[in-house]
Amino acid sequence: MLKILKYSFYDLIRSRWSYVYFLFYLLLGFVLLFLNNDVSKAVITLMNIIIVLVPLIGTIFGVMYYYNSKEFIELLLAQPIKRSSIFLGQYLGVAGSLTLSLVLGLGIPFVLYGLFKSDAIFDFSLLLVTGAFLTLIFTALSFNIALSNENKIKGFGYAVLLWLFMAVIYDGLFLMSLIIFKEYPLDTFSLVATMFNPIDLSRTLILLKLDISALLGYTGAVFKQFFGTDKGLFISIFMLVLWTVIPIWRLSYKAKRQDF
Amino acid sequence: MRYFLIFFISFFITSMGWSRTLPICSDCTIQSITEGVSMASDFDTLLIKKGTYKEFNILIDKPLTLIGLNYPIVDGEDQGEIIRIVSDNVTIDGLFIINVGTSYTTDYAAIRVVKSEHFMIKNVVLEKLFFGIYLEKSNNGKVYHNKIIGDAVDEYNSGNGIQLWYCKNVEVEKNIVQHVRDGIYLEFSDNIVIKDNLSTDNLRYGLHFMFSNDDIYTNNTFENNGAGVAVMFSKRIKMIGNTFRKNWGTAAFGMLLKEINDAEISGNIFEENTIGINIEGSNRIRYENNSFLKNGWAVKVLGACYENTFTKNNFLYNSFDISYNSKLNDNVFDQNYWSEYTGYDLDKNGIGDIPYRPVKLFSYIVNKTPETIVLLRSLFMDIIDFSEKVSPVFTPDNLLDKNPLMMKTL
Repeated sequence: MLKILKYSFYDLIRSRWSYVYFLFYLLLGFVLLFLNNDVSKAVITLMNIIIVLVPLIGTIFGVMYYYNSKEFIELLLAQPIKRSSIFLGQYLGVAGSLTLSLVLGLGIPFVLYGLFKSDAIFDFSLLLVTGAFLTLIFTALSFNIALSNENKIKGFGYAVLLWLFMAVIYDGLFLMSLIIFKEYPLDTFSLVATMFNPIDLSRTLILLKLDISALLGYTGAVFKQFFGTDKGLFISIFMLVLWTVIPIWRLSYKAKRQDF
Repeated sequence: MRYFLIFFISFFITSMGWSRTLPICSDCTIQSITEGVSMASDFDTLLIKKGTYKEFNILIDKPLTLIGLNYPIVDGEDQGEIIRIVSDNVTIDGLFIINVGTSYTTDYAAIRVVKSEHFMIKNVVLEKLFFGIYLEKSNNGKVYHNKIIGDAVDEYNSGNGIQLWYCKNVEVEKNIVQHVRDGIYLEFSDNIVIKDNLSTDNLRYGLHFMFSNDDIYTNNTFENNGAGVAVMFSKRIKMIGNTFRKNWGTAAFGMLLKEINDAEISGNIFEENTIGINIEGSNRIRYENNSFLKNGWAVKVLGACYENTFTKNNFLYNSFDISYNSKLNDNVFDQNYWSEYTGYDLDKNGIGDIPYRPVKLFSYIVNKTPETIVLLRSLFMDIIDFSEKVSPVFTPDNLLDKNPLMMKTL
C-alpha cells in the first residue's frame, strides 16, 4: 500500500494541478493578509473559503484522479496486490497531496506574517485541521462515487451534486425544517442535524471559536452544554473522524467486491 | 520660647476638645471602636491600630474621622450591620471589614450612611459581605478607592457592592467591586459621578441605574458580569469611555437600555459580549465614537426606539451588527465604519459610494426562530442575505448607512 501511496503521491506532487492548488492558497493567504492587515479578520474570511472551496476541490479532484488513473488501477489489479491497498494507496495519495497543498499554501503566508506572535494561532490551526478533515472526507466520498459509477459523466454529476447538496441545499432544507417546526423544542434536533453534514460540522467547530458570544445568546440547556463547554469541540472532532473513517471503510469494502 | 508656643497651642487645642487623636488597640485605654466613638467628641480622629475588632452595630453619630493603620480587621461575625453613619462630615479610611450578616428582611451593610452630608469613605476593604457600602438619602460625599469582594452565589440572598438610594452629588471613584449581586446600584439618585471603577464577575449587573437622572459614568470597566450595565427609567445619563467586556450568556448584555431618554453614549468599547447594547423604549440617544468588537449582536433594537442617532461608530467583526424586530425604523445611522462593508470609494473622499444595510435577513430569522443560530456563516445564509440586501422585504428598507466610512475612526 505504501508503495502505491508513494507513487500516486509523487505523481500528484509533480503534476501541474497540485502546484496550481498550492499557489492559489499561497496567493489567497498573502492577498488576504495584505488587504486586511489583521490576522483575526483574515481567519474569518478564510473560514468562509475553506468550508466551501475545500470540499469542492476535494470532490472534483478525487473524481478526476480516479477516472484518469483507471487504466493504471486495472494494471495494478492484474498484479498480486491486495485490492484494498491499491485503492487506499491511491486515495491517500490524492488526499495527502491536497492536504499538503492546503496546509503549506495557507500556512506559509500566515507564518511569515507573524502568526506565532498573534493570539489567533489556535483559531488558525483549528482552521487548518478542519480543512484537512474536509479534504479527507470529500476525497473519500468522491472515490466512493467514482467507484460506484463506471460512467464518467454520471460520476462527475453525482460528485458535483454531492458538493452542492452538502454546501447549500442541506442548509436550506435544515432552515426550512427549523422554521416549519418552530413550535417544537428544536435544540437537540438542530445539533444532530449539524452532525450529519461534514460542512456544517466544520463550520460549527470554527464558530465555537469565532462566534461563541453569539451562540451563547440562545436560551437552551442543550445548546449551553454543547457550546459553553469543551463537549462541543470533542463531539465535533469525533464526528469528523467518523465522517472520515466510514467512507474510507466503505471504499475498501466496495473495492474488494467490485467487478472490474 | 518656640517650644513653649507649640506646647501652648497644642495644649490649647486639646483642652478645647478640638481634633484630638484617640488611639484604639488591644492594649490601649480604648479597646473597641464603639467605646472610642462614645468617648470622642466632635471632629476627633480615631486611630485604629492593627488587630481584630469583633464588633457590629457601630453607630457614628458625630463628625469623626476613623483611620485604620495597616488595615485593622473589623469582624461583624455575621451578626448584622457593622458601621452606621448618621452624622455629617464623617471620614472612614483604611478598614478591613468582614462578615456582614445576611438577612432576608433587612439590608445589612458593612457601612451604611444615613441622611448625612460630606462623608468620605476611602481605602476600605470589604469581604464576606451582604451589602457593601449603602448610602441612604445622603448627599455631597465621596466613595473612593475601596475594594469590595463578595462571595455571592444566588441573587435572592446576596446584596449590592455600592448602593445609592435617594442620594445627590456623590462621587464614586476608583473602586473595585467583584462577586456581588449588583456592583454599583443607583436608585432615585441624581447628579452622581461614577468614574474609573472596575466591576467584574458580579451576578447581575456591573452597574445598575433605576430612576436616576443626570448621572455621569466614565472610564469604568465592566467585565464578565451577568450583564454589564443596566440603565433603566432614567434621563440624561452620560456614558463615556467605558469598557464592556465578555458579558456572555443567554440574557447577557454589555449595556441594557430600557426607557432611557436623552442620553449620550460615546467613546465606549464593547468587546465580545453576547449583545453589545440592548435597546428598548429609548429615545433621543446619541451614540458616537463607540467601538463594537466581536460581539454576538452589536446593537439589538427591540422596539419603541425613536430619534436615536448612531454616528462615527466602529462595528468590527460582530456576528450581527444591528438587529431589529420590526420593519419600522426612526433611527439614523450615519458615517459609521462597518467591517463587513463591501462597497467602494471611487471619488476617494473616505466615504463609501453605495449605502450599507446593517440589518441582515438572517438576524430577522434568528429573532423568529432562535435555533437557526447554528446556521450562522453558512453559505446558504450568505446567499439569502445577499438577495435580501438587493431587495429588502423583511428588514426595514430605510435602515441604511448612506455614508459608510472606508476607514476606522479613532
